[in-house]
Amino acid sequence: MLTSMPNHKGRYGDFGGKYVPETLMAPLEELESALDEAMQDEDFLKQYNEELKEYAGRPTPLTYADKLTKELGGAEIYLKREDLLHTGAHKLNNAIGQALLAKRMGKDKIIAETGAGQHGVASATVAAKLGLSCKVFMGEEDIRRQELNVFRMKLLGAEVISVSSGNGTLKDATNEAIRYWVANCEDHFYLIGSVVGPHPYPRMVRNFQRIIGDETKEQMTRDIDRIYACVGGGSNAIGMFYPFLEDEVELVGIEAAGKGVDTPEHAATLTKGTPGVIHGSLTYLMQDENGQIVEPYSISAGLDYPGIGPEHANLFKTKRVRYESITDDEALDAVKRMSRAEGIIPAIESAHAIAQAIKEAKEMSKDQAIVINVSGRGDKDMATLMEHFTEEGLQ
Amino acid sequence: MMKQQTLFQGKLTKQKDLFIPFIVAGDPHPDKTIQYALRLQEAGADVLELGVPYSDPLADGPVIQKAARRALDAGMSLRKAVEMVPELRKAGLNIPVVIFTYYNPVLQYGHEAFIDALEENGVEGLLIPDLPLEESEDLNERTKEKDIELISLVAPTSEERIKRIAEQARGFLYCVSSLGVTGERKEMAPETLSFIEKVKEHSSVPVAVGFGISSNDQVQLMRKHADGFIIGSKIVKLIESSLEVEKSGDEQEGLRHFSDEVNELVQA
Ligand SMILES: Cc1ncc(COP(=O)(O)O)c(C=O)c1O
Repeated sequence: MLTSMPNHKGRYGDFGGKYVPETLMAPLEELESALDEAMQDEDFLKQYNEELKEYAGRPTPLTYADKLTKELGGAEIYLKREDLLHTGAHKLNNAIGQALLAKRMGKDKIIAETGAGQHGVASATVAAKLGLSCKVFMGEEDIRRQELNVFRMKLLGAEVISVSSGNGTLKDATNEAIRYWVANCEDHFYLIGSVVGPHPYPRMVRNFQRIIGDETKEQMTRDIDRIYACVGGGSNAIGMFYPFLEDEVELVGIEAAGKGVDTPEHAATLTKGTPGVIHGSLTYLMQDENGQIVEPYSISAGLDYPGIGPEHANLFKTKRVRYESITDDEALDAVKRMSRAEGIIPAIESAHAIAQAIKEAKEMSKDQAIVINVSGRGDKDMATLMEHFTEEGLQ
Repeated sequence: MMKQQTLFQGKLTKQKDLFIPFIVAGDPHPDKTIQYALRLQEAGADVLELGVPYSDPLADGPVIQKAARRALDAGMSLRKAVEMVPELRKAGLNIPVVIFTYYNPVLQYGHEAFIDALEENGVEGLLIPDLPLEESEDLNERTKEKDIELISLVAPTSEERIKRIAEQARGFLYCVSSLGVTGERKEMAPETLSFIEKVKEHSSVPVAVGFGISSNDQVQLMRKHADGFIIGSKIVKLIESSLEVEKSGDEQEGLRHFSDEVNELVQA
């Protein structure tokens, strides 16, 4: 059964595991036993759920997109509104869970990596709330294109560490966060932002994100035919999909095609990648014939990552989830369309899911229904959007 | 009954005071790697750790990251690094060679083809820093069949894992001196020595200490407390400075400078 994965070795079918330096093996074992204890502890779960409700603003609504549905003339479109969560994206669900665990383990220093800056902001936010110190590693290029989030993190009291290796994006930030963790693992907690990394991270992050799918199931008053979510590392997607894995619902994950999957500039890991090891996990990744990791590209910093969570690798291989890809231009069009149809400005990441859903919804019949996970809001992307939409573009 | 010696053990001339330098294959150019390897042998190296450059080396600090970048830009790969070993032999390198590589290039090569290539090219050992005991079963079996040592690492965090890892260690046991990635350390933490003691209790192969060793004082300390010492970042730095010397003089002068510096670093 797909829902009973991973096994005790952290495997999802062939994927997952722990490919890390020996120094990190004991900290990972410590994390796993602390996590398993916490997840059995009523008080811990109560605290997690209370923070989600009273602090983060859960449950997030499920909004019927009536105008977009009418315009397209096909399936009914519902939006899961993670954009309305405190700090503006689904990332906070996971950050709250892990930060509470860090505290329970007696570690009051957290480190995090970030791409779009949403996970960095979420980590800085819970660190402030729970009284933890917070260092966020962020690629140079992402610091440039997500300037607003960099300022938010600093305002929240976090230290932002600029990473210049590689393309200066999420992969490089993650490398540096792991290196820092190797040196400081005794008193630091590494708060990973997606369902990537060595076991037990992919399982832990999924379990802290499954609230998205659990709520959707409860909120939906009719059958769902398809669910769409964008995939960077894959946390909003697995959070949405996991509770539906054993149901008769078609699940669609959308990767970033950047300038096109037939160009070298994309981040379509499953569409174009092959199995390999990245950041401690056996999964699919973008690499050359010698096993060197290839630099990805996407306009959206949150999807600009050459790997993907191992659970997605298995859902891809077993064909339980269908994975598609959307280009920069298609995503930008979807941002504009959603803004004008529903008065919701989505994050460019989320717009990848919206673009794919728009393509398919019109081909579906009126008595069908789809859900799109709107993983975050577009505020953080204003600088990028302003570069791309000239005055004429906004006509 | 005496256990039969492995190829690696047969080539080791001693069991203590092992000097194990690390260089990145192809840094800054394959021909240069051969020159440096020979100079290191002359300076008394007992084992050569030949590093394969990787795009995303998680266990490495900035010095080795930069060397890897130089080597990758010069076209180095896992395949080419392994195929370099016969050339090293031809040029006169007799000491055992351990290929140091991250796991992903091995996975792309294919376990079987890779171990065959190690055997064909006369490589005596293999070290994969991101392949812990739990994930190494298949390669462990395959290397044993071909009489190649799969070197294990223990770290200061290993604690209860030390016994398990040390008891099955082959070739030599790589003892990570302190938390963190590769790179020079000004001082060795006092806990390092008790950690080495503990590892030696459980190990039947020589215990060599690496990560951060960069001065003659540290070398002396390791001579006293461990069976060997591994020097990586510092050797790479010496290569960098020999290249600087070369720029203003000739190649021989650069190499001479390198030898002098290495001799000074490891002198008794
Ligand atoms: C709004 C939003 N959606 C999606 C992602 C991609 O991450 P994941 O695939 O883990 O959900 C990010 C990452 O930064 C994000 O900010």
